[in-house]
Amino acid sequence: MRRFIGFLKKEFLHIFRDSRTLVFLFGIPVAQLLIFGFVIVNDINNIDVLIVDHSGDEVTQEIIQKLSGNPYFHIISSQNTEPYEDLFKKGTIQEVIVFENNLSRKYFIENTASVQLLADGSEPNKAHLIVNYTQGVLQNYFSKANPDYSNPNFNVRMFFNEELRSPYVFVPGTMALILMLISAMMTSISITREKEMGSMEILLASPMRPVQIIAGKVLPYLFLSVINAGIIICLGYYVFQVPIEGSLILLMAESILFIAMALALGIMISAISPNQMVAMMISMFALMMPTMLLSGFIFPIDSMPVLLQWISAFMPPRWFILILKRIMLKGVNFTYIWKETAIIAGMFIFFLMVSIRKFKIRLE
Amino acid sequence: MRQLITLIQKEFIQIFRNRTMLPIIFLMPLIQMAVLVFAATFDLKHIDVAVVDPKPTQSSRRIIASLQGNPLYSVNRYTGVTDAEKSFLSDENDLILVFPTHFEKKILHDGFEVQILVDAVDSRSAQLAVAYLQETLMNQIPGILMNVSGLSERSIQKARLHVIPRYLFNPELDYKQYMFPGLLVVLTSAVGIFLTAFNIVREKEVGTIEQVNVSPIHKTVFIVGKLIPFWIIAMFEMAFGLLIGHLFYNITVAGPLGDLFIFTGAYLLLGLGLGLLISTFAHTQQQVMFLSWFFMMIFILMSGIFTSTDSMPLWAQKANILNPMAHFMKVIRMIILKGSSLSDVIRPFLFIISYAFIVLLTAIIRYRKNEI
Repeated sequence: MRRFIGFLKKEFLHIFRDSRTLVFLFGIPVAQLLIFGFVIVNDINNIDVLIVDHSGDEVTQEIIQKLSGNPYFHIISSQNTEPYEDLFKKGTIQEVIVFENNLSRKYFIENTASVQLLADGSEPNKAHLIVNYTQGVLQNYFSKANPDYSNPNFNVRMFFNEELRSPYVFVPGTMALILMLISAMMTSISITREKEMGSMEILLASPMRPVQIIAGKVLPYLFLSVINAGIIICLGYYVFQVPIEGSLILLMAESILFIAMALALGIMISAISPNQMVAMMISMFALMMPTMLLSGFIFPIDSMPVLLQWISAFMPPRWFILILKRIMLKGVNFTYIWKETAIIAGMFIFFLMVSIRKFKIRLE
Repeated sequence: MRQLITLIQKEFIQIFRNRTMLPIIFLMPLIQMAVLVFAATFDLKHIDVAVVDPKPTQSSRRIIASLQGNPLYSVNRYTGVTDAEKSFLSDENDLILVFPTHFEKKILHDGFEVQILVDAVDSRSAQLAVAYLQETLMNQIPGILMNVSGLSERSIQKARLHVIPRYLFNPELDYKQYMFPGLLVVLTSAVGIFLTAFNIVREKEVGTIEQVNVSPIHKTVFIVGKLIPFWIIAMFEMAFGLLIGHLFYNITVAGPLGDLFIFTGAYLLLGLGLGLLISTFAHTQQQVMFLSWFFMMIFILMSGIFTSTDSMPLWAQKANILNPMAHFMKVIRMIILKGSSLSDVIRPFLFIISYAFIVLLTAIIRYRKNEI
């Protein structure tokens, strides 16, 4: 036991003596949360819009006036003779609104009129938002100008997130991503490093048992990851006002299980990679992008092709994000998350078994 | 010159000798490009709707039937609102549609009225789901109103405004076309920045760099010899990625292909320069990894790969001037999707070239042969 504590001390020293490691460990989660919170905004504002008014009557004039008073739009003078496509290519405009001729007569007398909207589809998300927003403004104007019986009343009520705030998505997402990447990557790199430098030989030849070596490697990272989880939850709570409706103890217990799973994955990666470069490339390509894209963090899983939905089922963060959202935002107890917990526990056992089988006590 | 060629030869031999590195350089990107592009869609293709209809009427049945007939929705029926609300806790439903008890009577008195309850944890999907459901209901409303009230169509809806959207460059708003260039940027940058930095520091850590340092090779020759192989590999990855895009997603480069490669070549000089610069700040591969991860993550998130950079706050847009990936992301989408040519992107091109020049120069100055 004393031997083990000594070894543990050595590992902590390894981590703490290098300031770069610490910057990485604690800088990344903070930087990522701040970027998501303050930089990545999905709102649209200052849409540069070109209006082509073939009608020129008082209705279209009034609409144009309304749009120029709207802070979301920035109207570009329609004197331009350049083709729209070139303007889009240069990025000077983001939308074109075309009013057909005799718009007000067509609408109020012939009962049907049309407005064409052109948007830049090379950014689908933004184009969709811009078109939806413009459409809303136009429809709103006309239904006020000419009220009728068909206006329905949809009483929409938002649950759990009445103000539709984005931190409710990115705080749990970032937490899953960071814990996964840091735990898995740090352990895999630190074990392969010993292999590559040859110091693994010394450790293996020492009277310590392989289990102790691995435990000594992993425990410091478990400790640091739990602190990291705490930092993320605190930042989420104090800076981004993400509530913790459910039990904090349950939340921490689930986090520790997830971290343990990620550490086991890291051990497995180190057992199959011959050197640090390979371990890092595996962590990079096989963990970072897939975790970001397939965990439901950024893109909804339900909309993916069925095959990808299956693949995403093997992404541990997918389940952890569900657990986090349910505990933090919906305030559920264990009965609502036991399935997801069981999946993560199963993955933990699997990774652990594979690493034990693959871990070589002897050197080639 | 002979020295340089020998050095490049040595690098290639080292890279191709490594049996585990090769598949990582070539197979991983293939899998990524083939799989991940499909994942990236913000659109909703499936909505679980819980329906609570305490006293079914002809009109409510008609609406439910129209939802059931629509492949976008899967309808789950609940007898009470509390039961339905509970289903939010385990994410079984995205929306709850509640009909009032006297639905048809209400239509006659106050007009069409229903309640829509939304699980809004993910605000973006929630808003989209509500918009879709409202649109579906709107299509049903005139028919139902006519049926219940016996009024003519004319008196229900007086006039209709057709708003016809048209999307240029990507008429169907295909997210694959949007994500594909984005992943291409991540891929080439990863090879450019990571592999270079890693490779040089590996020599430091293993000690082989000492042998090079005591040799008569000038440090500039040594650095150029390190950069050229990775420049070639990254260019190859770019071509490989474009080929995959063409075969899998039918994406063709709308602009001139030559211009795309010229820009990529210039960008890679910058990427490799950054890799080199990072390597001069680190002694071990572990440190390189931390540093490059830290920068890569910030670069990727701020590059506009998922969301438009135009909507970022002003200070972030200013900071983004220093983010090489943001420039490349913008330009690659312009060339591939909009068909812009080098003359359209001449300003970012010149910027990248001068940026690369400064970074490379700094890195070469910082690199010391007699460093321990």
